[in-house]
Amino acid sequence: MLNNASLPLAATSAAWQLPSRRKAAVAWLIVTESAMFTIFVVAYLFYLGKSLTGPSPAQVLETPIISTLCLLGSSVTIMWAAGAFRGAHMARFRLWWTLTIGLAAVFLAKTATEWYRLITVHHLTISTNVFGTTFYALVGLHATHVIVGVTLLTLVLALSLAGKVRQAHAEHLEMVSWYWHFVDAVWVVVFTVVYVIGR
Amino acid sequence: MVVQEIAPASSLTARLHRLVVTVDHKQLGLMYIATALLFLLVAGSMAAVIRAQLAVPNNSLVSPQVFNRLFTMHGTTMVFLVGMPLVAGLMNYLVPLMIGARDMAFPRLNAFGYWMFLFGGLLLYASYLAAPGLAGHGSAPDVGWFAYAPLTGRAFSRGHSTDYWILALLVSGIGSMVSALNVIVTTVSLRCPGMTLMRMPLFVWLMLVTSGMILLALPPLTAAQLMLLLDRFLGAHFFDTQAGGSAVLWQHFFWIFGHPEVYILMIPAFACVSESIPVFSRKPIFGYPAMVAATVMIGFISVSVWAHHMFSVGMTSMGNTFFALSTMLVGIPTGIKIFNWIGTMYGGKIRFELPMLFCLGFLVQFLIAGLTGIMLAVAPFNWQLTDSYFVVAHFHYTLVGGMLFGLFAGMYYWYPKACGRMPSKRLGLWHFWLFALGFHLTFDPQHIAGILGMPRRIYTYDVGRGWEMYNLISSVGAIFQALGLLCFVANLLVSLRRGALAGDDPWDAWTLEWTTTSPPPEYNFETLPVVRSRRPLWDLKHPEDPDWQYE
Repeated sequence: MLNNASLPLAATSAAWQLPSRRKAAVAWLIVTESAMFTIFVVAYLFYLGKSLTGPSPAQVLETPIISTLCLLGSSVTIMWAAGAFRGAHMARFRLWWTLTIGLAAVFLAKTATEWYRLITVHHLTISTNVFGTTFYALVGLHATHVIVGVTLLTLVLALSLAGKVRQAHAEHLEMVSWYWHFVDAVWVVVFTVVYVIGR
Repeated sequence: MVVQEIAPASSLTARLHRLVVTVDHKQLGLMYIATALLFLLVAGSMAAVIRAQLAVPNNSLVSPQVFNRLFTMHGTTMVFLVGMPLVAGLMNYLVPLMIGARDMAFPRLNAFGYWMFLFGGLLLYASYLAAPGLAGHGSAPDVGWFAYAPLTGRAFSRGHSTDYWILALLVSGIGSMVSALNVIVTTVSLRCPGMTLMRMPLFVWLMLVTSGMILLALPPLTAAQLMLLLDRFLGAHFFDTQAGGSAVLWQHFFWIFGHPEVYILMIPAFACVSESIPVFSRKPIFGYPAMVAATVMIGFISVSVWAHHMFSVGMTSMGNTFFALSTMLVGIPTGIKIFNWIGTMYGGKIRFELPMLFCLGFLVQFLIAGLTGIMLAVAPFNWQLTDSYFVVAHFHYTLVGGMLFGLFAGMYYWYPKACGRMPSKRLGLWHFWLFALGFHLTFDPQHIAGILGMPRRIYTYDVGRGWEMYNLISSVGAIFQALGLLCFVANLLVSLRRGALAGDDPWDAWTLEWTTTSPPPEYNFETLPVVRSRRPLWDLKHPEDPDWQYE
């Protein structure tokens, strides 16, 4: 076996540093998720105004200002939480982290009430027309990602309350926050497409 | 010296248990390849039945319904359960070895990817038993491998065969994406000291690009399949033309996946060829940076050519022109590659070992496939020949004559590394000549049958159209291909016990995988290697004239 006779060390090899595998993985996960969302966004835009029957977006959609503020705000609170974690202020970390979960929960609740109103008041379901089809699919796909995010956030909170989250996990938490920022960024797109352009 | 491993129990159950719990990238790589070869035999048998049915006019060996299921399952299996796992297997096995790493970045995720693929495959075949359900509808999927709407709608595809198609590909698609992500992260984060990007073996570069394409191209298919599921189960209208949905949108979404998919399958064949040709020509690869650039270019261009599958759907002339031109553009980087391979061989001391033979077959056949591809890229020409046997001949030329020959070269090249023994050259020669002969007998005449107007996917044809002879030759060719394939499988199995011992480096090669034992220990390398050039093993063997002095 030849590999014992290692090749002469290059002068530069002392400084051999490669990107963290977690960061690379989450970055590519975000790329691939973006590709999937793109298709749903394209479908939404393609079917704008192509419904054969009502209701139309302009008739039934209301701009979701509160839930948007909640979700955007949660990106800020998770940043503060990460900052507190780096400074080893665990109590403050848990506070901001819990607040992030709370804001996400408000967002989900607002989505639920929006859907409830659309279904019961306006009789818009996924099978009513292509607006219903694309609306529930796109917003639902995003909401699914929010639910996954909330699950991750809650898991971290539970582990932290159990004392299992230590400084060694700083990068793990950072990855959760990356994913959360991504979910947030997708909402900016969904909001623009569905509630601004789409009406 | 390999560190002594604890003597493992060798009962059958113990061995099966090890297979199930393994997270070793080499073991998983071999499992991918073995499973893919099993599916290759299944889908190959389906092709044999298709050829038997079409051998003579007005044949009634199988019913039209069974015929539809056969070509659907043949295509779906070959692309998703043979091509993809062969690629995944090769990259899992080789990428860590080639970059001097001990395993993939996420070994458990790697195992997850394999099992997702396997369950996806089994789910697809479970349709034969389960899809008819209580309703007595058709069994296996019969909507073609690209499953065009509105044929896949609830109204036209009763029962659950289409649902099996969707779910099986969703599941195995997750497996593919996971393993692609793993390869990218491994390449980005686990290269051994000194292995800069431009010192990576071309194989690793090409697999990196393929993996990136998988991560960009598979999600559109997943998204489209989710939409189709919503259509079929919740009454959504994505592809339901009766309610304002669009059947053409499915075609766009499918081919946004489907065309890059072709390159996802081809680039790994390029990868095998790019490693084999230099070693068997005794020259370093010609134009390494150009090869890397050409591969990245193919990756970029391949995501903007999808609608050349749809010239006959009625796009605007602007659309037709764009997609015709972008498709022809792919010819440039592909041409660069072919010239570089020939440039590598030029003036080299060529050794006609098995991998090299398959590389040569690959070069000729892939060139012809590329030329018919350019022909089909011309929109008006395409209108004449779309959905004819000319198209069938073209894509079998790329996928069998190109991809499969390239992968055969790779499998023969790395067989001694993975199994510790040399493949039998005699059986290998039988494999090569039988398979090459069968390939040409089958697919060369199909070009002509297509030009004479024979449509694809017909279960039979009438006398007097002038297609009889071409179909008969085609079907005879299938027999030779089957014999060749049997020689290949026999070779793999027989050489496992009887082959000559390979040693660490039987081909006198230059990349890191040949520095460790054959087969490599579970940890690959005792000490992580340090590299200073693109051919670290050359440096090691020739300290008086190492490559790094010139690079």
